[in-house]
Amino acid sequence: MFKQTSAITLMNLRSLPQRAGMSLATVLSIALVVGVLLGFLAMANGFQKTIDGTGSEDVAVILRGGSQFELNSVLSADQFRIIETAPGIAADADGQPLVSAELYVVVDGIKKDLGTEANLPMRGVGLQAPSLRGQFELTAGRMFEPGSNEIIVGEAVLDAFEGFALNQTIRLGTNDWQVVGLFSTGGTVFESELWADIGVVQNLYQRGSSLQSIRARLTSPDAITELEAFADNDPRINELDIFNEQEFYASQSGTLTTVINAVGWPLAIIMAIGAFAGAWNAMYSSVDARMREIATLRAIGFSGGAAAMGTLIESLVLAAVGGLLGAVGTYLLFNGASASTLGSGFTQVVFAFAVTGDSILAGMIMAVMIGFLGGIVPAIRSAYVPLLTVHRSE
Amino acid sequence: MTSLYTLTDLSKGYTRGKESITIFEELTMTIPEGDFMAIMGPSGSGKTTLLNLLGGIDRPTSGSVECQGVRVDKLSEGKLAKWRSQNVGFIFQFYNLMPTLTAAQNVELPLLLTGLSGKQRKERVATALDIVGLADRKGHRPRQLSGGQQQRVAIARAIVADPKVLLCDEPTGDLDRKSADEILETLQLLNTDLGKTIVMVTHDPSAAKYARRELHLDKGRFVEQVQEPAQ
Ligand SMILES: Nc1ncnc2c1ncn2[C@@H]1O[C@H](COP(=O)(O)OP(=O)(O)OP(=O)(O)O)[C@@H](O)[C@H]1O
Ligand SMILES: [Mg+2]
Repeated sequence: MFKQTSAITLMNLRSLPQRAGMSLATVLSIALVVGVLLGFLAMANGFQKTIDGTGSEDVAVILRGGSQFELNSVLSADQFRIIETAPGIAADADGQPLVSAELYVVVDGIKKDLGTEANLPMRGVGLQAPSLRGQFELTAGRMFEPGSNEIIVGEAVLDAFEGFALNQTIRLGTNDWQVVGLFSTGGTVFESELWADIGVVQNLYQRGSSLQSIRARLTSPDAITELEAFADNDPRINELDIFNEQEFYASQSGTLTTVINAVGWPLAIIMAIGAFAGAWNAMYSSVDARMREIATLRAIGFSGGAAAMGTLIESLVLAAVGGLLGAVGTYLLFNGASASTLGSGFTQVVFAFAVTGDSILAGMIMAVMIGFLGGIVPAIRSAYVPLLTVHRSE
Repeated sequence: MTSLYTLTDLSKGYTRGKESITIFEELTMTIPEGDFMAIMGPSGSGKTTLLNLLGGIDRPTSGSVECQGVRVDKLSEGKLAKWRSQNVGFIFQFYNLMPTLTAAQNVELPLLLTGLSGKQRKERVATALDIVGLADRKGHRPRQLSGGQQQRVAIARAIVADPKVLLCDEPTGDLDRKSADEILETLQLLNTDLGKTIVMVTHDPSAAKYARRELHLDKGRFVEQVQEPAQ
């Protein structure tokens, strides 16, 4: 059976050039399906990776009760001063509590790739802010001077947007800013931000002394319960939501990743149905073209099963080639390429496409399934080619 | 002479919708071992159909086809395929070679159904190609060969597994006179020197002269003419 099947398979594959057009169309349509699927998965994975890396377990994010996103939250300077005295909060070398008041506004930047405007988050922070981001590093220049129109720029912003080079002056809205430093945070979402002094941001954007979020470095991840208890019991503080920073970002990424998956998979499946029809058609005509050959082999004594396997394997090979082509194509085109998209806070998060082993596996499984489903009926048909077809004159 | 085939009350017909056509009815005859029989007759008289029944690629409506004690018409599909591979070599009007395989690979096909090793297969293929005089063409593909040469490759393929009987359906129907004569001489040689039993359908009276006897099939009946082999 093995010798029969391999002989027939070899013959089928060798005769592919005679059906080049249709075979190529099958390969390409399957490559396209896998490419689209992998593209979406790479986007979802890349976004997830960026968000997942963001946030530490021992940082608490404090927002006004029920606000969910930083943009919706408003907190007062008084609330900040009270939180500074709360238990469970770590202190720096000088004994100052590691707490950062932050205000987040949206500005328009010009994207390098398309030249279009896109939202950029500008975060007003105090000098404590870097110590609340584990991997913060000034990669060039210096920190902004409090009270000045100076910003430091995340490296992802530098890569994706125009005009943020070191020492450049950039006009955002009605204000001019001087870029005095560049920073990285090890690939997390903060790299997609501009940082300026919170006092200056409050002033320029007429926010008075209000802020949006407070970040606090905890003495340990569990200390968040002490902080929560303190906030619940102090009558001077209105209701607050206190999140573990890691969970805060994980829950935000959930929505977008779900959207990407919800569009990506259905689109890939619809296209897969098209590719399946193409594969079916190609295999059908492959069997058609070889009817007399198959009948001749059967007359010689080859089994119907071997003829069917030969057809099925041909289909699987076409599908696998298509799948590989799609995977390699997507990898070369997208892997590591950066993209930016609306984060849940309605601002651009810059992230890198990540073509992962898992998604390549998913793509290949999809390709092989298309090959199998497209080939199975033609394969059965080739097992039942009437023997009397041997007398046909081509 | 021992008989190779015994056909008893053999009938074949087709039903298409309500209509039924009978091609032949209650044919009874024997084909002895070592025979070279030419079957002639008008178009549509059932020559190919008879050959199909002898080769086990079609089944009779009624009656029996027996070959050396085996009821060919009763074998299951799987057993029938095996029986064909061990007992019958087919030679067709249009050669039926696999266009993507070389001459040697085409000839090797029936051996893939045996337990022979690669080396043994190679030797058998070489011998078969030698017999038909195409040893020097083993690497050529069908498209690179003339019609006569292609039919020789087909003959090599038919004999390579050493079957008892060769069934030929108008083997020279697509060839010029000279090539046809060469093919017929080869068949005659296989019959006289290697003892192959040959049943050959032909329209061509001069082709039939190479056989030991001619059988005319007409309106479902046989008329036999015995003759001395030509030459
Ligand atoms: N599958 C079929 N269904 C119905 N009728 C068939 C079928 N196959 C063959 N026939 C009929 O059976 C008869 C005998 O056909 P067959 O091919 O055996 O003739 P033949 O003697 O070989 O003719 P030719 O010399 O033209 O090759 C013809 O009338 C043909 O139309
Ligand atoms: Mg015929």
